[in-house]
Amino acid sequence: MSEIIRFFIGFFLVVGGFLSLVTAFGLVRLPDVYTRNHAASKSATLGVMSILLATFLYFYLEHGHFNSRLILAIIFIFVTAPVAGHLISRAAYNSGVKLWDKSVRDDLKNKAEYERQNSQ
Amino acid sequence: MAFQILLNFFLAFVWMFLSVSFTSQSFIIGFLLGLLVIFAFRRFFNSRFYLLRVAAVISLFFLFLKELILANIAVLKTVLKPKMDFQPGIFALPTELQTDWEITLLANLITLTPGTLVMDVSYDNKILYVHAIDIPDADQAIDEIKNSFEKAIMEVSR
Repeated sequence: MSEIIRFFIGFFLVVGGFLSLVTAFGLVRLPDVYTRNHAASKSATLGVMSILLATFLYFYLEHGHFNSRLILAIIFIFVTAPVAGHLISRAAYNSGVKLWDKSVRDDLKNKAEYERQNSQ
Repeated sequence: MAFQILLNFFLAFVWMFLSVSFTSQSFIIGFLLGLLVIFAFRRFFNSRFYLLRVAAVISLFFLFLKELILANIAVLKTVLKPKMDFQPGIFALPTELQTDWEITLLANLITLTPGTLVMDVSYDNKILYVHAIDIPDADQAIDEIKNSFEKAIMEVSR
């Protein structure tokens, strides 16, 4: 029983660490703000969440200490990380950061016209 | 929905007062009995029986979790691929959802899905501008988002 628990704790820790590493790689390798944001807002979320989950499981199952703050932290990260990613990429676009040269489509530049047509 | 939950709590308290035992066990018994009563009288409420909506919320949560894991595998593949041969772009996604919280929920779900990230919402709440990491599957992505997420959110808000 406790071996299985230890296996899961270690598994979550390794996955969390690996995903954080992939986030860092993505930030270095990907070409522009928006694609980097993909890496940062997804992998970092799940990476930090699984590390927190492993911490929670460790203290609960090995020491019998139920720390509800870790659960709250998981929920807060789950809710706030995508909003942060959205806001950063929106601010980048509105302040005129260019997309990557190989981007094939940009519907957002039609937004002003769309608003003008539908505003009356 | 909130009214039904409040009514259920009220019925549980009535049960505690009727049986003169103020423990959490009698509260739970009263709550389950109140649930039966509300189920029996469901045609007098103007919204659905609220447990259905609770079930829809739970299934939406699991959809969220599943998409988060799939998204991570997709990002992993993109980042660790030796050649950068994907084609990013921004596409417009028309949505039928109307209230603000539904749109927020949909935007969060899309941001956590494989290869998509919400960039902007038009002022009339009808179009979401989504940045996709690989645009050739964009049309397919629109269909999938429409079929799975929008439906799940409508299931909650109906």
